[in-house]
Amino acid sequence: MQPHDEHPHVPGPSLWPVGFAVGIVVLLIGLIVSWYIAGLGALVALAFAFLWVRDLTAGTPLAHAEEVPPESPTGAAIPAPEGGDAMPPSEPEERYPRSKFLELSTLGVGGVIGGLVSAPAIGFMVAPAFLKQGVKDHDIGPLTDYPDGKFVVATFMSDKTQGEVSRRTAFVRSNGQLNGQPSFTIISNHCAHLGCPVQPNGPLEEQKKKQLGDVTLIPTVSIAGFGCPCHGGQYDTEGNRTAGPPVRALDRYSFSIRNGHLFLGKPFSVSHVDGAGASAKIHKWTLAFPGEHVNGIESWLYPVQPPH
Amino acid sequence: MATRRLTRQEQLQQTIMYPVDWLEERSGLVGGLRYFLFRKVPGDINWFQTLGSATLTAFIVQALTGSILAMYYKPDPNSAYPSIQHITNDVWAGWLVRGMHRWGASVFIILMFMHMGRVFLFGAYKYPRELNWILGVLLLAMGLGEGFTGYLLPWDQTAYWATVVGININGTAPFLGPFIAQFLQGGTAINPDTLARFYAIHMLMIPGAIFALIGLHLYLVIRLGVTSPPWSKEAAGTGPSPNGRVTKTRRGLMRPGTRRNGR
Repeated sequence: MQPHDEHPHVPGPSLWPVGFAVGIVVLLIGLIVSWYIAGLGALVALAFAFLWVRDLTAGTPLAHAEEVPPESPTGAAIPAPEGGDAMPPSEPEERYPRSKFLELSTLGVGGVIGGLVSAPAIGFMVAPAFLKQGVKDHDIGPLTDYPDGKFVVATFMSDKTQGEVSRRTAFVRSNGQLNGQPSFTIISNHCAHLGCPVQPNGPLEEQKKKQLGDVTLIPTVSIAGFGCPCHGGQYDTEGNRTAGPPVRALDRYSFSIRNGHLFLGKPFSVSHVDGAGASAKIHKWTLAFPGEHVNGIESWLYPVQPPH
Repeated sequence: MATRRLTRQEQLQQTIMYPVDWLEERSGLVGGLRYFLFRKVPGDINWFQTLGSATLTAFIVQALTGSILAMYYKPDPNSAYPSIQHITNDVWAGWLVRGMHRWGASVFIILMFMHMGRVFLFGAYKYPRELNWILGVLLLAMGLGEGFTGYLLPWDQTAYWATVVGININGTAPFLGPFIAQFLQGGTAINPDTLARFYAIHMLMIPGAIFALIGLHLYLVIRLGVTSPPWSKEAAGTGPSPNGRVTKTRRGLMRPGTRRNGR
C-alpha cells in the first residue's frame, strides 16, 4: 500500500482564512461605525473566502477523483462444490416483498402513534404562552391623586391571582387639560434595552405614599428623567432615550377615565416623542419586546410580534 | 483426571469472582466495562487529555446534587425563595450540597471550555472526529442552557432580573426572537408558570438531552480512539512509522476503507 494513502486528506497550510477572518472583523466593526466600512469588510471577506475555497478544492477529490480499484479478492475464483449447483436458481423476484411491507408498516404505524402522542404534549407546552394573552384595564386611583406636571410612581398588580410576580410600575404625569379632555403621560418602567426597571432620576416623597388596595402611589418632587440601574440607559421626562444602550423610547400605557378614576389600558411601544406634555407627538407602535427596534431598517428583523 | 485441592487463595478468588463471572456470562457487561476503561490509547498522550473526563465528572456531580436538592426545593413563586433558605440554613448539610451545585455549575462550564480549547489546540476536531466536535458544541449549548435556567430558581432579585435580561436578549434574535422569548416566559411577562417551566427544563429536559449526547460523544471517542498531541512523532500526517507498519494505536486515525485491509 502506498504511504500517502494512510492519511486522510488534509488541506495544506493556507493564509486565506486569516484574510477572511480580518474581513469579518472589519465587517462587524463597520456595522457599528459606518456602512462603508461594513461594505469594505464584506468585500474583503468574500474575496478571501473565494480564494480559500479555491485553494481547498484545487487538487482534491472535489476537483478530480482518483480511480479506485474495485475491492476484489486476488487469485482464481473459488470453484463451486461439485455435484450440482452451489445455489438453487433464484425465483423471479417478488415485486413487493412481504418483509419490505412489514418494515415500512411498522415504521409508519410507530410514526403515527408517536405523532398522536407528542402533538398534544408539545402543543400543551407551547400554546398557552400565546393564547389568552392580553391585559385588562386596571384602576389606579382617582384623578385627584395625580397633581398637574408631576410624576407619580404607581405600582399595581396586573393580575391579583398571580400575586406579587405580576406587579408592574408606571410613571404617571397629569398634563392638565387638552381640548377640554384630561391629558396624561403614562410611561412604563420597563427599560427599552433589556427590560430592567428604570428609576426616576430625582427624590420620591415617600411620606406622601398612598395605598389603594393593590395600588401604591408615591409622588415625586421634580425629576430629571429616568435611568436604568442595569446597563446605564438614560431617558428624559418624555421617555426619549438620551444616553446608553436602549434602542427606542420607553413604552407607554394607553389610559381611560371612568367615574373620576384613571384606568391603565394596553401598553404600546414608542420610537420617540416630539415635544412635551399635553402637546407631545408620540410615535406609537405595537408593543415590542425590549431591545427590538420598532422603526428603521433594524425593525425589519422583527416583522411579526406574538399576540400580547 | 485427579482433582487437585484448591489452595485457600484460589478458593477466595473463586468466591469473589463468582458474582462477577455470573454477570459477565449473562450480559457481557464486565468485558464491556473493561473494554471501555482499559482501551489502548497513544503512548504520548498527556494530562490535558483528562479534561474530558473531568467535565464528565463535574456533570455527574451536578446531576447527583441536583437530584437531591430537588427533594427540598419548591418551584412556586411563594415558596421557592423560602425553600432555598430552608435548604441553606436548616437542612443538615444543605449549605454544602447547594454550594456544590452552585459552584459546581461554574466548574462544569469552565471545564467544558477548557476541554474544548484542548481539542481545538490539539487539532483533535479534524477528520474523522468532526462529528464529535459538533456533538461537543451541542453539549456546550445545553450546558449554558442549564446555567440560564438554573439561575432563576433561587427566585431572588438577582435571579429575577438576570432572567428578565436573558429572556429579552433571546427576544432580540431576528424574526423568531419575540416568539422564543414569549415561549420561555410562558406568556407575555414572567408569571408563576415561568418558574415551574424553567425548573422542568432545568432538571428534566436539558439533563436528559445532555445524558443522551454524552452517550454519543463517548461512543465516538471509543470508536475513533484518542488523538496524539500535535507534537507526537506518530501523529497523523507525519509519514509512516519507522518500521513501515501501521501501529495499533493509530488505527483510529485511518480512513475507514483502509482500516479493513490496510497494513
